[in-house]
Amino acid sequence: MTASRHPSDALLMAYAAGSLGEPTALLVATHLALCPRCRSAVADAEAVGGALMEDLAPAALNDGALESVLARLDSGVEPPATAPATAPAPRGDARLIPQPLRGYLPTPVEELPWRPLGPGIHAVKLLTGRGGDIARLYRIGAGRAVPRHGHRGNEMTLVLTGAYRDDLGRVGRGDVAEVDDAVTHQPVAEPTEDCICLVVTDAPLRLTGAARLMQPFMRT
Amino acid sequence: MRMPDPGTRAGNQASAMTALLEAVAAHGDRTAFAALFEHFAPRIKAYLRRLGAADGEAEELAQEAMLSAWRKAGQFDPAKASAGTWLFTIARNLRIDALRKERRPELDPEDPAWVPDPEPAADDRLHGEQRSARLRAALDYLPEDQVTVVKMSFFDDKPHSLIARELGIPMGTVKSRLRLAMRRLRQDLGEIT
Repeated sequence: MTASRHPSDALLMAYAAGSLGEPTALLVATHLALCPRCRSAVADAEAVGGALMEDLAPAALNDGALESVLARLDSGVEPPATAPATAPAPRGDARLIPQPLRGYLPTPVEELPWRPLGPGIHAVKLLTGRGGDIARLYRIGAGRAVPRHGHRGNEMTLVLTGAYRDDLGRVGRGDVAEVDDAVTHQPVAEPTEDCICLVVTDAPLRLTGAARLMQPFMRT
Repeated sequence: MRMPDPGTRAGNQASAMTALLEAVAAHGDRTAFAALFEHFAPRIKAYLRRLGAADGEAEELAQEAMLSAWRKAGQFDPAKASAGTWLFTIARNLRIDALRKERRPELDPEDPAWVPDPEPAADDRLHGEQRSARLRAALDYLPEDQVTVVKMSFFDDKPHSLIARELGIPMGTVKSRLRLAMRRLRQDLGEIT
């Protein structure tokens, strides 16, 4: 099954340009593993980058640059055609959690240091980018609801297992939902399966109503 | 449907670059590598300078990028990308490592969770160099306001919110210009209708 909700073209282009912070790049790259359609869009955006680079006025290298690189060709550790490194034995969650995300998890997903955030909801922080954006995994128990909340900045969600529904519709495996500070929503996991998702925020969530009490936990 | 390469001279030069890269991959051809270096190293350096790298850093990284191309030449797939596009991705990733001090999450097509591409419709997809040549031609026909945000996306290393602020337009406008540009370019490639 392929994803039905995709990152915006603007986001895919920023990924191709290399201008995203690592947490957002991780989310986009993990979506790409699940989405041939967006891989093709990124390949085209990279071709745009290649064309723009080709059209720049060349900047001369120092005298002797070529000679010094030629002299280093043999001293490199790898031979010209590198054989792929032997991959570690696949973990039990290898089909569930795609690379590159799996490489960011210190343990299989069920052994992560999940912190409870509320009834049926757990989170674990994975990565803080240099720009202050944060990647977390959330696990919403089957049939559980995340308290209604708004956002101070942008929030991006990639669903890995199960699915959730909110005011904007259904979000299933491989789907990416982008919301901004204009959106308030209450995601509810579908009743059949826990919903595990990768969430990247560039500013703390703004909880509404009684859920404000949970605010301190959401910062973890 | 195939169309003739726009800009035959640029097209021929590009195909020559692909052939050189394949010679490096096939038998570590140093003469071919030197020719690739003469063409691409100054462009990679210009790209890194344009993104704000100091002259010395850009020089060093351009040399590193070419070394990396030598080592990874076996991974180059001319069906997927032109030589220029492939070198762009190497330079981009090195810059993220070296100048942003962040990791670039790497895709792994061998991963058990990887969803493979659908079977390509025989001759429908353009060869890497053909796509790049057609894209370069199509870029000339994009409206100026779209070209500006595309270039800022690739050369300014800024989030869309800052690009919007600099241009004095709403962020939604930046995103919609990028969307329109991508749509138009991909239509020209026959990737979407």
